[in-house]
Amino acid sequence: MALGSVILFAVLALVVVGSALGMLFSRNAVYAALFLVLNFATVALLYLILGAPFIALTQITVYAGAIMILFLFVIMLLGAEKLPDTARSGRQRWVAALVALVFLAEVGLYVAYRGSNLAGMPALTADFGSPVAVGLALFEQYQLPFEITSVILLSALVGAILLTRQEKQRS
Amino acid sequence: MTITYYLALSVILFALGAVGVLVRRNAIVIFMSLELMFNAANLVFVAYAAYYQLINSQLFVFFVMTVAAAEVAVGLALMVAIFRTKHSIDVDQMSALKG
Repeated sequence: MALGSVILFAVLALVVVGSALGMLFSRNAVYAALFLVLNFATVALLYLILGAPFIALTQITVYAGAIMILFLFVIMLLGAEKLPDTARSGRQRWVAALVALVFLAEVGLYVAYRGSNLAGMPALTADFGSPVAVGLALFEQYQLPFEITSVILLSALVGAILLTRQEKQRS
Repeated sequence: MTITYYLALSVILFALGAVGVLVRRNAIVIFMSLELMFNAANLVFVAYAAYYQLINSQLFVFFVMTVAAAEVAVGLALMVAIFRTKHSIDVDQMSALKG
């Protein structure tokens, strides 16, 4: 049982990292967006394993659905899929390599010093993370943040419309 | 199956996203790398929700997703506006404020 879950995690993690690398190095922005959809869907499967079905389905609908459709729309609207996208200047590339190395060294240190004495993941109860539990916590404990997100979404909506509006005088 | 595996995966994802932001020049791909970094943070939230058996950190993921959706809408609108004036979304060309 434990070995099976490790193998499942390993396969999913390989797909996640592979699709992230594919997004990073594909020349065509449309392919990058499709790799990112694969990445989001696979991370949603990881959420399902971790006992978060509501979050997993939100990830599929909001991220892999709505946000990536928006990305693809803008890519095709601008015709930006084939921009000459050579890498940036050498110095920035060194900074990128340094950042990646620092992050990986951090997790390496963490595993070396703390990883061994962490307990395994506890077994989850059947109703943990169910939509009912999430909804109850959202509307009892987090009522105010929930209402604030609606204001954030409204202001983003107004801002996006205002930014993309064609001005009459100029045309 | 310890939480360390999930933390390691998340750090790798975050590092890949950071490399993408620093290396690529296409502003839309930079945006996608940002989403990758959000995703890495969300994975840690959900992993710790399962580890501590607390539903609260799953709700944080919910809020992160909402704010990310708003951010993407405004960001892509900005990109369309920039493309209209400069006819390019190459971030190296957006240097009008450089002294």
